[in-house]
Amino acid sequence: MDSNAPALTVRDLTVAYRDEPVLWDIDLTVPAGILMGIVGPNGAGKTTFIQTILGLVDAAAGDVRIFGASYEEQRYRVGYVPQRGSVDWDFPTNALDVVLMGLYGQLGWFRRPGATEREAARAALDKVGMAEYADRQISQLSGGQQQRVFLARALVQDADLYFMDEPFQGVDATTERAIIDLLRELRERGCTVVVVHHDLQTVPEYFDHVMLLNVRRIASGPVEEVFTDENLRLTYGGRVGFLRRRQDAPVPPDPVPHNES
Amino acid sequence: MSLAQLEIQLVATVVAVACALPGVFLILRRMAMMSDAISHAILPGIVVGFFLTENLASPFLIVAAALTGLLTVGLVEVVERTKLVKEDAAIGLVFPVLFSLGVILIARFAGDVHLDTDAVLLGELAFAPFDRFVLAGWDLGPRSLWVMGGVLLINLIFLTTFYKELKLATFDAGLAAALGFLPGVLHYALMGLVSLTAVSAFDAVGSILVVALMVGPPATAYLLTDRLAVMVGLSAGLGALSAISGYWLAFALDASIAGSMATMAGVWFGVAVLCAPERGVVARYRTRRNQKWRFAEQMLTIHLMQHEDTPQADRETREAHLQEHLGWTPTFAERVVRRSTQRGTIERTNGHLALTPRGRKVAKQALERT
Repeated sequence: MDSNAPALTVRDLTVAYRDEPVLWDIDLTVPAGILMGIVGPNGAGKTTFIQTILGLVDAAAGDVRIFGASYEEQRYRVGYVPQRGSVDWDFPTNALDVVLMGLYGQLGWFRRPGATEREAARAALDKVGMAEYADRQISQLSGGQQQRVFLARALVQDADLYFMDEPFQGVDATTERAIIDLLRELRERGCTVVVVHHDLQTVPEYFDHVMLLNVRRIASGPVEEVFTDENLRLTYGGRVGFLRRRQDAPVPPDPVPHNES
Repeated sequence: MSLAQLEIQLVATVVAVACALPGVFLILRRMAMMSDAISHAILPGIVVGFFLTENLASPFLIVAAALTGLLTVGLVEVVERTKLVKEDAAIGLVFPVLFSLGVILIARFAGDVHLDTDAVLLGELAFAPFDRFVLAGWDLGPRSLWVMGGVLLINLIFLTTFYKELKLATFDAGLAAALGFLPGVLHYALMGLVSLTAVSAFDAVGSILVVALMVGPPATAYLLTDRLAVMVGLSAGLGALSAISGYWLAFALDASIAGSMATMAGVWFGVAVLCAPERGVVARYRTRRNQKWRFAEQMLTIHLMQHEDTPQADRETREAHLQEHLGWTPTFAERVVRRSTQRGTIERTNGHLALTPRGRKVAKQALERT
């Protein structure tokens, strides 16, 4: 393991469903220890991109390195928070049990979680402010609480690189604040976090790096360099001034963005 | 109770428990229909296996037929993957073809053996005690008890060995795959078990009952608990309950045992739908009704508290005034007042209502919550 290797290197990654390319020739390098957002319109392939890196979707071509090695070798250094809507919250289990699932990877086949694991799971729930809900049936939690349980599950994995798919989707303001504080804390500990994000307004505030994705990689790098109107226009096509308008900025009479170049 | 009766109930119970275990995961994976598909589609496998072995209890036949079950699962996936039809339609397309193939094979080549269409649908549990397992001259009981006991044991071992993995793969297949737990392999292993169970249970109870026992008890258990481990245990218990109560229903009505067991599985589900502690119809109705009265009581106490020691108090606390102020019908107002008086939150003195200390607390708590 090369400790100086970037957290994630993606080269020439192409994914297709039949003849339709979903991701086309993606190159990306994510340095270690940063928060990175992935933004792009619906159907841009953001979720597929993460799932391909994790080996959940087969790539037609390309190469993925995590800290300089393949995902299979680095599996246990990677934490994953899928979209909240991707699981059945009516499943007969409680919050603590869901968090424990994050430790299954370390336990491996056959071994069952014990007292040590339970303690770790409780600590993670505490960290996301959900300690008192440990025994609560998961369907009785609000959307924001469910998202926190998912985050706690990723936290117990104690990974170096995290992938989170729309963690801010449909959560209340308090949860959003709690999540972003947590992401910053992870960064302070040296972790790298890659987040699929949909709110363009908060990108400069939340992330160090950003990737603009729409089947192709439009741009990636430090937010101040690549998060430009020009790149946003290339990603979303057309009226981005409207999309990224700050709430504190005065509302322009015409939402059509100005042409600068 | 004769020995034969006892043996029939024993076989029925073992079959029911063996079916309920994999059934839990079928329900949680929203794949209940797959048990229907598999239990029907194994028929051609059974027929072909029977031609080759001429013995319905042969392990080879069981394996061959179980493979047909896996073939069904694979074919459904192939049809679904064309993206031309959805999963339910794919299931509906695949299994009738295989099932009718089996029916044609029986009609054409096996008209004179035990395999007939009645037996296929409902089995014949009553005959179970006649087919004995004899080893070196010792009668060891009904053969189907041994076969199903073996299947039950296999299901138990699989479930306890891979409990954690099955749970994760069922709840979140994506994370299971990311952590390297091969959810696809687990899926086929589970489907293999469903097939094996269906094939083995088929001879004793037929294909309809296999479906009823795989789906009914787990669906009932799902209504009764929030814990997976409890759900597994409850499913097994409810399977056994359906088996034994079904046997006695058949005894009382002189009807098909298998049919009565399936009926009882349905009856217990119905009871759970009505009476389940939290999700049942009665419990939900009660919660809603209590909420209505609780809310009305809170409104009344808040109303009284707001007008306490005000110049309008005399007017506002008059019982007749509630209809006007809170928009209640006279009967409803009367009932709310009566309930609240009984619960000790208000007092009634010559037509005027007053809060008790307890009522004042109720009002304060209600206000704090909003």
